[in-house]
Amino acid sequence: MGFLDIRNVTKSYGQVEVLHRVDIAVEEGEFLVLVGPSGCGKSTLLNMIAGLEGISAGEIAIKGRVVNGVHPSKRNIAMVFQSYALYPNMTVGQNMTFGLEMHGVPKPDRDRALAEVAKLLQIDHLLDRKPGQLSGGQRQRVAMGRALVRNPDVFLFDEPLSNLDAKLRVDMRTEIKKLHQKLRTTIVYVTHDQIEAMTLSTRIAVMNKGFVQQLGSPKEIYDTPANVFVATFMGSPAMNIVPATVVMENGTAHAALTDAEGQVQRLRFSQDLRAWEGKPILLGIRPEAITDPEGADRKSGNIQSLRNRVTVTEPAGADTFVTMTVSGRDAIARMRADANVAAGQVFDFAVNMEKAVAFDPETEQRIA
Amino acid sequence: MSVATQDTAVSTGRATRVLIYLILLLFALFYLLPLYVMGVNSLKPLEEITGGNMMALPGQWTLDPWRQAWSTAQIGVEPTGLKPYFLNSILMVVPAVAISTIVGALNGYVLTKWRFRGDTWVFGLMLFSCFIPFQIVLIPMAVVLGKLGLAGSVPGLILVHVVYGIGFTTLYFRNYYASFPTELIRAAQIDGAGFFRIFWRILLPVSGPIAVVSVIWQFTNIWNDFLFGVSFGGTSQPMTVALNNLVQSSTGVKEYNVHFAGAILAALPTLVVYIVAGRYFVRGLMAGSVKG
Amino acid sequence: MAATEADFRTRLQDWLPKLVLAPSFAVTLLFVYGFILFTVVLSFTGSKMLPKFDWVGFENYGKLFALPAWSTAIANIAIFATLYIVICTLIGLMLAIFLDQKIRGEGMLRPIYLYPMALSFIVTGTAWKWFLDPGIGLQRIMQQWGWESFTFTWIKDGDMAIYTIVIAAVWQTSGFVMAMFLAGLRGIDNEILKAAQIDGASNWQLYRRIVIPLLRPAFLSAFVILSHLAIKSYDLVIALTGGGPGRATEMPATFMYSYTFTRNQMGIGASSAVIMLMTIAAIMVPYLYAELKEKKA
Repeated sequence: MGFLDIRNVTKSYGQVEVLHRVDIAVEEGEFLVLVGPSGCGKSTLLNMIAGLEGISAGEIAIKGRVVNGVHPSKRNIAMVFQSYALYPNMTVGQNMTFGLEMHGVPKPDRDRALAEVAKLLQIDHLLDRKPGQLSGGQRQRVAMGRALVRNPDVFLFDEPLSNLDAKLRVDMRTEIKKLHQKLRTTIVYVTHDQIEAMTLSTRIAVMNKGFVQQLGSPKEIYDTPANVFVATFMGSPAMNIVPATVVMENGTAHAALTDAEGQVQRLRFSQDLRAWEGKPILLGIRPEAITDPEGADRKSGNIQSLRNRVTVTEPAGADTFVTMTVSGRDAIARMRADANVAAGQVFDFAVNMEKAVAFDPETEQRIA
Repeated sequence: MSVATQDTAVSTGRATRVLIYLILLLFALFYLLPLYVMGVNSLKPLEEITGGNMMALPGQWTLDPWRQAWSTAQIGVEPTGLKPYFLNSILMVVPAVAISTIVGALNGYVLTKWRFRGDTWVFGLMLFSCFIPFQIVLIPMAVVLGKLGLAGSVPGLILVHVVYGIGFTTLYFRNYYASFPTELIRAAQIDGAGFFRIFWRILLPVSGPIAVVSVIWQFTNIWNDFLFGVSFGGTSQPMTVALNNLVQSSTGVKEYNVHFAGAILAALPTLVVYIVAGRYFVRGLMAGSVKG
Repeated sequence: MAATEADFRTRLQDWLPKLVLAPSFAVTLLFVYGFILFTVVLSFTGSKMLPKFDWVGFENYGKLFALPAWSTAIANIAIFATLYIVICTLIGLMLAIFLDQKIRGEGMLRPIYLYPMALSFIVTGTAWKWFLDPGIGLQRIMQQWGWESFTFTWIKDGDMAIYTIVIAAVWQTSGFVMAMFLAGLRGIDNEILKAAQIDGASNWQLYRRIVIPLLRPAFLSAFVILSHLAIKSYDLVIALTGGGPGRATEMPATFMYSYTFTRNQMGIGASSAVIMLMTIAAIMVPYLYAELKEKKA
């Protein structure tokens, strides 16, 4: 039994089931990120943990206490909202202590808690201002402060960074991570941004269409995605997914695919795919696993060569993205900035097949 | 309506612009004309109207018509002037406006932040009640007021105006609260605030603008109402009914100057509100066309 | 562990919103829909001075449409509503477009156009009644100013009196229609106008082809509000003409009132009210339905 248990939780509106038997056990001090496209049910799940939406079936328990039907304020949780939801008519200080006031905490204790948290977040000088007078980043801090003051069992974050500009978002991301490392609190964090999910979490639940597609550490999710959805959703640019056929050569499995000219090329698998001989699969390769030969990962035991024509090159500063056609689909390679390639050129790409994965084209589940 | 003027991309020639200004000014005169006529003629002796020109400024300025209209003019059978009716209107308007605004605020709060199955229907039914021709309720209302012992009394009129006013006040507050982030309500719930506490501590402090709109709208509507006043006023008739009695009275000489003074007296409260808070008045009108 | 039942406070909180809304809803059901039902029932009874419940079927409706006064009222409301809506819309649109041309003094003009809306129809009626009175008003003013042959006796003329009601009503509400159109104009994205100009549209074409079509919602709102005001018009008629001269300016609203409360023909009065309600409902219900559906989405 975990610290926060989500057991077979289902949400339906009338006949429509929007969340299907979600089952996650969160340990104390864990940072769980729920990530997925909009409408995948992640916010609904968060609202159910908070008690803002009812649970249609299953149960949620915090510290061993089932909280179905318990009022949000009695679950000892705190929530940071996307819009921050600061009360516009109250000062920062009043905003942060409103919850304590509602719970009947005496004024001196409230002030003490406020001072402590304000210092931690470096917002002591803002306490008498109204939210309207704050910058986006400051509001974000106040919203977190309001959550921290409560000293809750579980923190819930609902896309807290999505209203910030790109630069500030990165800064606040680091800030949240530092805070978590320092306080070791249990956090459930909802986002649609896969980078936020990767950087912040100790564990990720990738969700789509009301199902948890995969639950695992960031590394597991990234390296061994459970299915095509997870593979393409996590990582940017997305993992290349190209149709291929498994062929046996010298007793090992190869992926047979076609290059831009329609020539068949073979890439040796590191995995054992004998069972799939002669069958079509979907081959998944991350862009950073396709490079120029000099840029290839030296520690890899399986670098395969792929000769192909370059369609487009996109220099992006640190890297250059190179697009080519593989088995009729666009595939992207991530090269060093100084890699010497040009559009139209035929180039020898180095493919790190140790990082390649294969999916069943029917079920889209990973097979190796 | 957006009060801020923004650049129109359209540019016009000089001659066109002169013409436009001319037409705009002409219409301004058209709109001001009755006010001017009422104003100047309420300040002259009756002979100057019957024997002179209505557009002319008073030859001899006098406040007598105003005095008469206020305190001695014959209204119906009593020479009371409009004063007691003005008081009736005040006694009716203040509670009716207050009650309907408070109720509307609570309704708007429920309908936006505590939504339930069928809430749109409930609102739709309440909203439609703003637009019915009140002739359809006159007869049963007369019966019910009689049964309640409220016929012909100020409390009766208050009841009527509250009942048929909450549709509009609910509409205002609902549209206003709809744009108020629901996340704030959720945050307050997590913080442990209940239904009334959230309303009182979170929503009400930011409801100033819409409360002004609602108060002004209700005030104007109720003050200007004639149909309910004449139907259910009895001995507590409001200002509009009294003014009409004064003007339509068929006995004696027609004292036009007194009529005009009375008309301005009847218009004064709403005019003052319009001058002081016209912005909110316009907002209420626009919201009344449902687009919120 | 079994799921705990919702605690008491949570359950109370679940009920509170509905409890708060309930009185208003109950009052609306009773005083609006109950009363409508009551009036509908009355319209099928032979009620005279007081309500009684002797069923007479459609007799009142038959009588109603046989009454010359009702025919006059219907003809009048048709003339009045058509002219009132068309003229208000035209004036309102024109003033709004003109005011939108970066006019100096817009801040002065707008409140002048709009203030009549703050007045009671009784006040408006009084002002126009005497201003249009041939004995002391416009006709005499013109004659005194030297235009000896000028006559303007519409308000005393059974055929023309209805048009004086149009004048006064237009005076009162055209400024409001202006405000609605102005808000619509200000809501149009300027870049669209710039694009049209770059495409070579003249000012006239710009308004006819781009702006006015974009004002569709404002037209719709104006139409709904104006038609609703027109059908309800009671005060203005009473104050301006009292329904006269004779019965020349009788409208459904005045007809209903006089048949119900002064002529003691409650059944007929009720049936006329039902006809009025059905007319307004035919306009308002689709409009409100569309508005609410839009909001929901």
